[in-house]
Amino acid sequence: MKKRTSILGGAAAIAATFVVFVIPFIFIILMAFKDRQQSALRDFSLPTGFHFWENVVEVVKTRNWMMITAFINSSIITVVSVTLLVIFAAMVGYVLARRKTRWNGLIEFLVLAGLMVPPAVVPTIWLLQGLQLFGTLHGMILIEVAYNLPFSIILYRAFVATIPRDLDEAAIIDGARPLDVFFRIVLPLLWPVTVTNIVVQSVGIFNDFTNPLYYLPGNANATVQLTLYNFQSQFSTAYNLLFTNILLITIPPLLVFMFFNRQIVAGMTAGAVKG
Amino acid sequence: MSASTMAGSPNRAETRAIKRSPYPGWFFTPAAIIYSVLFLVPTFASLYFSLTRWTLFDSEFIGLENFAQFLREPFLIKGLINTVIYAAVTSGLKVVVGLLLAVMLTSQIVGRGYLRSVIFFPVLVSTVGVGITFTVLMHPTQGMINETLALFGIAGPGWLTDPNLALYSVALVDVWKGVGLATVIYIAGLVAIPQDYYEAARIDGATPWQNFWYVTLPLCRPATSTVITLSFIGGLRTFDLIWAMTKGGPGFASDTIASVIYKQYQAGFYGLSTAGNVVLFILIALLVVPLTMFLNRKQGHE
Repeated sequence: MKKRTSILGGAAAIAATFVVFVIPFIFIILMAFKDRQQSALRDFSLPTGFHFWENVVEVVKTRNWMMITAFINSSIITVVSVTLLVIFAAMVGYVLARRKTRWNGLIEFLVLAGLMVPPAVVPTIWLLQGLQLFGTLHGMILIEVAYNLPFSIILYRAFVATIPRDLDEAAIIDGARPLDVFFRIVLPLLWPVTVTNIVVQSVGIFNDFTNPLYYLPGNANATVQLTLYNFQSQFSTAYNLLFTNILLITIPPLLVFMFFNRQIVAGMTAGAVKG
Repeated sequence: MSASTMAGSPNRAETRAIKRSPYPGWFFTPAAIIYSVLFLVPTFASLYFSLTRWTLFDSEFIGLENFAQFLREPFLIKGLINTVIYAAVTSGLKVVVGLLLAVMLTSQIVGRGYLRSVIFFPVLVSTVGVGITFTVLMHPTQGMINETLALFGIAGPGWLTDPNLALYSVALVDVWKGVGLATVIYIAGLVAIPQDYYEAARIDGATPWQNFWYVTLPLCRPATSTVITLSFIGGLRTFDLIWAMTKGGPGFASDTIASVIYKQYQAGFYGLSTAGNVVLFILIALLVVPLTMFLNRKQGHE
């Protein structure tokens, strides 16, 4: 009896979540397969022909191959800023967890403030202009690092606390220098939380729309999220291209989801204070 | 913060001892420089520039005029109220729906793996992409939602065109996208509840409803406080979804502080835009600090 109700309940839940969560994605895919005329109807119907490949080619070629530029820019920003985040945040988390000084309170306060306080947009632009970093990939990378450091530090600090001190102390007694201890002994031990950090932060930075909108203006610097925003006005009627674009930029997070599902969930629930 | 290695600069021997510390303070330096220059300096600068009329090249001190304007202009006040409504609605719904989904997913139900994936996946999808998709789905006459409702003889509302509804429609989409995160946080919280409690409740003959109300709900309070804090801060700061779906419209009906900040920035009112930032900061401090204190205090009484 119990079993039967759970199967019935499961079937109902599967049906309900299918309607609410899956149909919107099917709609995106169907739209991406349609031609311009059919997509203008914006209804939930099977495509009359297979136009996916044409749509992809057209989206990619639009505005002088802007999509390619955008994918390259987004990849550079994501890879470099996540690399810096991992190293710098691990260094802070490591020392913060290992050494108790009177600075710890201040640093912890700053980390929490970083999660809560909204960035002051125009003063940041003013500062970036002063540093000649406004509208450059370097500037964008440093912004992403600055804004996402607190979350990474929290993840690392919590994890370092679970690693026995004996491991690094043994190396220190053997005369290893702090940098060697960190890079050769501690950082490899932090690998599980590093994977979590990489996955969660890459998805976040790749999907970031607001910060590139403010700090990285101009078509040459477009990131993938901004191509969507540009396409929206340009193809106000070409829904097939708009949805092909949405589908294309959903592929990287989908791949990450398929391979790192567990790490993402672990990271987001462990450091569940991200603002 | 390398300051810790220099602190006090005592005699040489001691300095060398500190320098030789296996956990050197200079490990903070790279992070501290980036964070201070790009986050702390602009934050403190915003306190000054919010009091000026500002063109980025020069600024004229005008006192609290920007803030006065914020409280005078009806559309700016509207943005302020909308922000609070949006944060309250999204975090409230995420708590309720997230908890229900988590209870369902931790029970003996078929297709758990599928359900979990399907509910969580939208968290990872581009917010703007989701916003555009739902803008199309919510179109008053040609959108799929209203066309489906019409099949059942229901005249669907103008989700994003009705000024009284637009903000709530965007909030609903926010819940659709974010409830997966609330659910996995709750799942982590529910799994951590020791089975003994349910065992004891079963012996006492508790109904499933009593189980939920007197065991599950009080014991997953840490998860609840995390979900509320997280989605409340997120809701107050929200920009991309609103911008992708309504651009604050129709009129100013769904403007939030974050969209006002962007609009004032685009219009060249840098001082006013920065004042918006300070207002948002004050709002977060005023609402979130007491909220977290309240949630944690309750927890302490358990």
